[in-house]
Amino acid sequence: MTSTGNTLQVDAQGRLKHFLTIAGLERDLLVNILDTAESFAGVGERAVKKVPLLRGKTIVNLFFEPSTRTRTTFELAAKRLSADVLNINASTSSTTKGESLLDTLRTLEAMHCDMFVVRHGQSGAAHFIASHAAPHISVINGGDGSHAHPTQAMLDMFAIRRHKGDFASLKVSIVGDVAHSRVARSQIHALVTLGAAEVRVVAPRTLVPPGLEKMGVRVYDNLRQGLADADVVILLRLQNERMQGALLPSAHEYFQYYGVTEERLAAAHPDAIVMHPGPLNRGVEIDSDVADGSRSVILRQVSYGIAIRMAVMSMAIGSHAAAEREEN
Amino acid sequence: MRMRISSAHVVDPANDVNQVTDLFIADGRIVGLGKAPDGFEPERNLDASGLVLMPGIVDLRARLREPGAEHKGTIASETLAAVRGGITTLCCPPDTDPVVDTPAVAELIHQRAATSRLARVDVLGALTRNLDGQNLAEMGALREAGCLGVSNALQPVSDTEVMRRAMEYAATFGLTVFVHAEDPWLAKGRVVHDGAVGTRLGLGGIPEIAETIAVARELLLVEQTGTRVHFCHLSTGPAVDMVRDAQSHGLPVSADVAVHQLFLTEQDVDAFNSYCHVRPPVRSLDDRARLRAGVRAGVLGSICSDHQPHELDAKLNPFADTAPGISAVDSLLALVIGLVADNELTLAQAVKALTCGPAAALGIDRGTLSLGSPADICLFDPDEQWVLDDTSMLSRGHNTPFKGHTLKGRARCTLVDGRVVFEASPLRAAVG
Amino acid sequence: MSNPDDIEELITRLAEALAAHLARCGRDAPLMVGVHTGGVWVAKRLRQLLAIEAPLGTLNINFYRDDFTRIGMHPMVTPSDLFSVDDRHVVLIDDVLHTGRTIRAALNEIFDYGRPASVTLGVLVERSGREIPVQADAIGRSLDLASHEYVKLRGPEPLSLEITSKS
Repeated sequence: MTSTGNTLQVDAQGRLKHFLTIAGLERDLLVNILDTAESFAGVGERAVKKVPLLRGKTIVNLFFEPSTRTRTTFELAAKRLSADVLNINASTSSTTKGESLLDTLRTLEAMHCDMFVVRHGQSGAAHFIASHAAPHISVINGGDGSHAHPTQAMLDMFAIRRHKGDFASLKVSIVGDVAHSRVARSQIHALVTLGAAEVRVVAPRTLVPPGLEKMGVRVYDNLRQGLADADVVILLRLQNERMQGALLPSAHEYFQYYGVTEERLAAAHPDAIVMHPGPLNRGVEIDSDVADGSRSVILRQVSYGIAIRMAVMSMAIGSHAAAEREEN
Repeated sequence: MRMRISSAHVVDPANDVNQVTDLFIADGRIVGLGKAPDGFEPERNLDASGLVLMPGIVDLRARLREPGAEHKGTIASETLAAVRGGITTLCCPPDTDPVVDTPAVAELIHQRAATSRLARVDVLGALTRNLDGQNLAEMGALREAGCLGVSNALQPVSDTEVMRRAMEYAATFGLTVFVHAEDPWLAKGRVVHDGAVGTRLGLGGIPEIAETIAVARELLLVEQTGTRVHFCHLSTGPAVDMVRDAQSHGLPVSADVAVHQLFLTEQDVDAFNSYCHVRPPVRSLDDRARLRAGVRAGVLGSICSDHQPHELDAKLNPFADTAPGISAVDSLLALVIGLVADNELTLAQAVKALTCGPAAALGIDRGTLSLGSPADICLFDPDEQWVLDDTSMLSRGHNTPFKGHTLKGRARCTLVDGRVVFEASPLRAAVG
Repeated sequence: MSNPDDIEELITRLAEALAAHLARCGRDAPLMVGVHTGGVWVAKRLRQLLAIEAPLGTLNINFYRDDFTRIGMHPMVTPSDLFSVDDRHVVLIDDVLHTGRTIRAALNEIFDYGRPASVTLGVLVERSGREIPVQADAIGRSLDLASHEYVKLRGPEPLSLEITSKS
């Protein structure tokens, strides 16, 4: 099965050039990212929360969709690597005046940047930018349409490895709107590649896209069955728009049958951890007791996100540097 | 001009001809096959040994972009590309700008084609005014202006009552209705086939039932009204089965397939390749196999280019933001010959689907080498290998996923009404 | 090149030189920090010999190298493990001092952890070829090598020095 532009992401020496999607990446590379993130994890606890690795480099946060939390963690990650950061909120700037995506890209390239972190409403946007960007530029996908959110998935894997150890014995249940979730797709690729024992999706049928089993998951429409003996429970955010598309009748009914409460969580393994990419919809996909409870690692996911993004950014820029050196 | 074309491998499925022989042309018509008519003195003798001679290709659906989108192509540029590819008749759908819902626009197109003096251009008129799916177009006037049929192009006619009345009205004037079978609600806002690849890529999928539900509705309306209906660019195996059943029950139904649907599948979209963004979407391997079988069986009586040339920018965006469509007249012949080389079609089946099949669907006296019929001829070299690229493509649009591919089979000489509109020199390309 | 006894001798000589230097400068309650990987091996022995109480700090200078933009990310060995260095007398240990770039990076990293009272540099082997003005305060042995020759500490058990030649 063709991987989505794998020669685009990884160079002939197996180094990460762009980070666009988990699909098609080798297990060793994913483990390498997790290990590299481990070494960055301590940086945030030091007096000087910076390392000089990317000093002199300019990283552009090119966000076509508004997002405070993802953009902030990318910004923090870049600054902790001593890079300069440029934030472009493209949802209100030149693109709405009709400037094509390519023209926006060319204008930014003229400012001598080294990396773009891109978040866009269309699936494939990050691939498009990586395919057309100048050769020295690295592209990190900060989320494109419903396709992929690879840094989020990697920080989730980091959390799972930290709290539950090796993937081979783990049963992971992903609960919620998988059909529209780029996070879920990336998580599924990562869990399958890292060798999780079982990956499950739990959702009403309207929220399960066709052929999902081909990605290596088992689909459940009953929450209790889907959570049975699970070691990791990942909850997805339910967006308000779903109520308008004849996909769900109400948030209330969703919570009745798919909301994770302490009572329903009892079906899972007693040591199960609960995760959520945030922001939470309390009373819709998750009960406050669970969100604030002992099994939740939700708050810690945020700091892991900085370490993962530091790892991915430095690996990508480093690969370009090494490749350039080899050419000369 | 009186011409003799000698020693060609003549393939004319309409008359069951498949042999090496000579062809004789005079006054723009075919006057002899095998044996010269009495007293025939050719003014020109074309030695076509090693070449295949078929009726000029009748391309059932090609967008020439004029009037309204001249930045994508013009009648002059696209008919030039067409004759270079052995196509002698093109039929364009009514979704120009302005729409072909008045005789004036049909006449404009005919005049431009006549001025270019290359391929013949026929036109389909609009089914509803401005393709709005609500108000009937003046089909009587359009027929008189030379429209071969009527169509709502890619715009849906959601209101069943409107579709029924439109079909009845078209039948009143003996017009075939050309239908784009797609349920608008199931397809809305979606861009790829609803399957595992679309799911992986996070791109909205159009399910097969979007086509089959629409085909079902139209077939029942045909049963009710007796209107002749032609289904354009079918993309699913189940729809082929439905058309086969309808044909076997004697319903006046025909169908075509776009050439790219016989090659591409959802796998080709995998790296967000916007050159494979088409409408209807490319689907599964099973669908492709059943479409090929449909051509073999004659259920899909025509293979067309579904030519949609675009400027570069139209494809330079994230997938869902790109315009659908492939520029196809340059490669239609070679791709179909490729299917023959791969033993998917016999040469006779291939030629039929490119000539008399579409001619019958359009109701025109072309696509055959019958004695007395207009001398529209395509002479091609079945062995010539060439690369489809920016240099070899003559269409203004170079948007094709086959760019860079080496194709086998190339037109060397094309005649329209007995007039040479394209001739390669030398006639047979050097071997090697 | 050398057998384990020679290494022991080098380490002992280095330990004596360090002890003398620290005493002369009045630097007490030192904090020993080894540079991965060879410097840590040597530092472990030294810490025993010098009876230093404070736990051993380790530095992975990967994020402070000056050649990141030329060769990219190195695979990580182990992350740095260092406590507060504020007002402490740091004793920085490495196996081989050659160009001086590693020590430059190590000093930068130490100072990102805080402000030491002083830094004493001890190396097992010092060899010719300095590119940065760095000097060791205490050494085990000095070697004069050609530019195509390299000395490397192999370990962790047993420790041995290896001189190789790259043509």
